[in-house]
This record gives sequence, structure tokens and C-alpha cells, in this order.
Amino acid sequence: MVVNMKLYWDFIAMNLKSQMQYKLSFFLTTVGQFITAFTSFFGLYFIFSKVNAIDDFTNGQVFMCFAVVMMAFSIGEMIGGGFTVFTMMMGNGEFDRILVRPRNTILQILMPHMDFSRLGLLVQAIIVLCYAIPISGITWTWQKALTLCLMILCGSALFFGLFLLKAACSFFTVESPEFMNILTYGARQFGRYPFSVYGDGVLKFLTYVIPLALFQYYPLLYLLDRKQNPIIIILPVISLLFLIPCYAVFRFGMSRYKSTGS
Amino acid sequence: MRIYLSIFRIRIINSLQYRTVAFGEIITRFFWGLMEILAFSALYRSGQSNFSMDFSQTVSYIWMQQVLFVLFLVVFGDGEIYSTIRSGSIAYELVRPMSLYNRWFCQSASNRIAPTILNCMPVLLLASIMPKPYKISLPVGLGQFLLFLLSSVLALGVVVAFTMLMYITLFYTLSHRGIKIIVTALTTFLSGGVIPLPFFPEPTLTIVKILPFAAMQNMPLLIFSGSIMGMDVLKGIALQIFWLVALIFIGQLAMRHALKNVVVQGG
Repeated sequence: MVVNMKLYWDFIAMNLKSQMQYKLSFFLTTVGQFITAFTSFFGLYFIFSKVNAIDDFTNGQVFMCFAVVMMAFSIGEMIGGGFTVFTMMMGNGEFDRILVRPRNTILQILMPHMDFSRLGLLVQAIIVLCYAIPISGITWTWQKALTLCLMILCGSALFFGLFLLKAACSFFTVESPEFMNILTYGARQFGRYPFSVYGDGVLKFLTYVIPLALFQYYPLLYLLDRKQNPIIIILPVISLLFLIPCYAVFRFGMSRYKSTGS
Repeated sequence: MRIYLSIFRIRIINSLQYRTVAFGEIITRFFWGLMEILAFSALYRSGQSNFSMDFSQTVSYIWMQQVLFVLFLVVFGDGEIYSTIRSGSIAYELVRPMSLYNRWFCQSASNRIAPTILNCMPVLLLASIMPKPYKISLPVGLGQFLLFLLSSVLALGVVVAFTMLMYITLFYTLSHRGIKIIVTALTTFLSGGVIPLPFFPEPTLTIVKILPFAAMQNMPLLIFSGSIMGMDVLKGIALQIFWLVALIFIGQLAMRHALKNVVVQGG
């Protein structure tokens, strides 16, 4: 196992080194990620220069929501981003080569494709979080600090799961399933507001089907003292159950996988 | 002219091949628009807003934006052009008896028109059968609708002319990924893709309004939703014509300069 892990670390290090070979390109991409996150923050900021609140969430609280989702997304995509090129890997036969190696398939897909330029997104999200925390009007306790950490970590895992699910779907569709973007990039885009603003139907869907609200909406209520029940602290952890079906679909897809040839 | 028409025809036939992709795209656009509208509806509901657009105008803006989404994308599926520059097959392009600028212009425009033709009707249909406050409302008069069409064509022109400048920078940098991400982010934001430009605060808006990005999707969508009227529409179209001419002029010059110094990579 130790030997195995070292192999994967070497993979990551090699990948980082190769990305660093094209310094200008790496730099521009990171800046690009930063600007992307920055423009969507400014979109939000401009809106809140004209209104005070959305439903009863003030601007500071919404910015915090935005930062948490952004951080979760950037970590999740940095690790799981390899899944976005998965259809390409199936097309050019790279996946077939992976299958014949006696190592974990998923790790082999991910390690060579870790995209460190996503750090640009992460840095921006941290800046927004630092800006939002003082104006969100939250009185901090250690339980709340723990909740915040769990929100970010479990959120990352959920985004990772969504990317995994997207890759799993491409076993069945061959082409990259476009509509899955609604769940990955869409969740990043629409997670900037607490999910309750989209109405009951959407909130129920995001609680019971794709449990994104478990890491974003309910813990936020806890941070704001609107719900006191301490069970909410571990809701983000419960949302990780979602990873099981994602993995199962992937395994099922892989068991039916037929190479496209070449 | 006939050559360009046939380039256009080939593109359309090409993109008709991928019907399932189009289906996924339609679903994505519909839900994307719906979620945006629900968010805006919550903002309007929260009251005390001094937004410069009515809710119904914002709804029409967002639906039309989703309907014509691909048409106004600055960075969109021009992979062939990138690889032409990178792989060196630009050398073949240069021996063809056609102006490279015109050819690429036509190719990029058709790349955007073809999927739009496939997607626009279903999304428009879905948007018009929505229940009352979330329904797309059509322009009040025929005049306004014709101006919207004219403005859309001009916006596409400005988008493609701007894209051409981006291709030309590839002759110098070769790394397209970073530039594509930066250009996508900035153009989307400044052309009203993140939030409509009327939602920008006043001092910023006065500058943003005269940039070439305001001549992109912003103008036709504002005309369609009816949030600008009368003289403002004509002024907006004048701005679009100005930027279209200016960007094409700059692009032609830059292209000539780039081709003089082009280094073909590989063989």
C-alpha cells in the first residue's frame, strides 16, 4: 500500500512539474481561473449594491455561501477534474491502457490530470471568505468553526462525486453528457445563493436526490443561529452517502464497458 | 460569395450530425435559465429593490439569452483554427486563393449559427409555455422585433470580429488555454452574461456601456426585453456598427502583420 501511494504521489509530482514547464501558460490559466471567480463575485456584489437582502439572507451571508461553494468546487474539481477529460480518454484508448494495469482505475484516471491552476479559483474564494466572515454577523463558537470546515471539505467531496457521476454517465452515452454540467458547473453557479431561494421543489431535490443543500443550506442556518439542533453539524458528513451510488454507477458502467477500438 | 455560402452549408450539415448533443444542450439551457429566473424572482420578492429593469423584462432577457446562448459566445468550438495554428497546417490555408481573415470569419460565424438554429426553437417554445410570471414576453411591436434581429446580426459580427483578434494572438503565444479562460471571463461579464448591464452600479456602467463588449449580447437582449426604447435603440445600434467596423479594421491589420512573421511549426 505504501509503495502504491508513492506511485500516485510520483504521478502528481510529475504532473505538477510538467504543468510548470509551460510557465506562462500555467500562469495565464491560473489568472484566468481567478478572474472567472472574480467576475461572478462582482456580479453578486453589484446586485447587492441595489438590494439589501435575498429572502432574509443579508449580503455578507450570501457572500459566505458563495465562498464556501466556490472553495468546495475548486478543491473538488482540482482532484476530480480528470473526469472531465474521461470521454477523451475512452476515445483515444488511454482508458484501455489504464484497465490493463494492476492498479486502482480511478486514481489512474485522476492523477495525471490534476489541474493545479484551479488554485486561482481557491485563492479567490479564500479572499471572499475573509471578506464575508466579519460582515456576516455570525458569533463564532468552536462548533460553528467545525461546521464551516465540514461544509468545505464535504462540499469538495460532493463535487468530486458529481464529476465521478458525470464520467460514469459517459460509459452509457459515449459523448460527454452535456446535461450533467447543470449539476457540476450549475451547482457552482447557483450555489451562490442559499438553495432555499429557488423554492421548495428545488430545495427538496437538493436535499433528498442530489444532497447539495446538506453541505450548503442547512449548515448555513446553523451558523446563523436559525436552527440550533446540533445534529446539523454532521449533516455535511451524511451527504457523503451520495458518493456510494456515484461509485456504484461508475463500477456498473465499467463492468459493461466495451472498448471503442483503435 | 459562393465559397462562403458553401463553407456555411458544410458547417450546418456537420453540426446536424450530433443530435443527442443538441438535446442535452437544450435541457441545460432550459434549466439554467429557469434557475437564474428563480434567483432573480427571489431578489425582486425581497423588496426595496431599485433595479432599473422590471421583473418581466429580466425574465425575457434571461430566456432570450439562453435561446441565443451559443450565438454570442466569444470562445466557442473553434478547435480547428487553434490546431491549424499549432500544428502548422496554416501553411496550407495560406496557399488557398481566399483571404484567411474572411475565411475564418465565415467559419466562426457559421460555427455559432448552426447549433443556434438547432437549439433556439425548442428552448423558445419551453420558455413560452411557462406559467405567467416566468414566461418570456415577446417585443411589443414589429419594429422593435426587426431592430432586435438587426442588432443580433451586428452582435454576432462584433463577437466574431473580436474572436478573430484572439486567434491572431495565438500566432504569438501558442498557449491558448489561459487566454481562452481570461477572454471568456471578461467578455461574459462585460457583455452582460453574468448579470444584465443595467444591474451594474452607475459609475462603472458609464464606462462599460461604450466598450465593444456592450455591443455584443447586451444590445439585442436589451432591445428584445424592451428595457431600452426609441432613440436609445438607435444609439445602441450605431455603437454596434462602430465597433464592428473598428474591430474588423484592427483585425485585418493585425492579421497582415502576423502573417508576415508567421513561423510554421513543424511539417
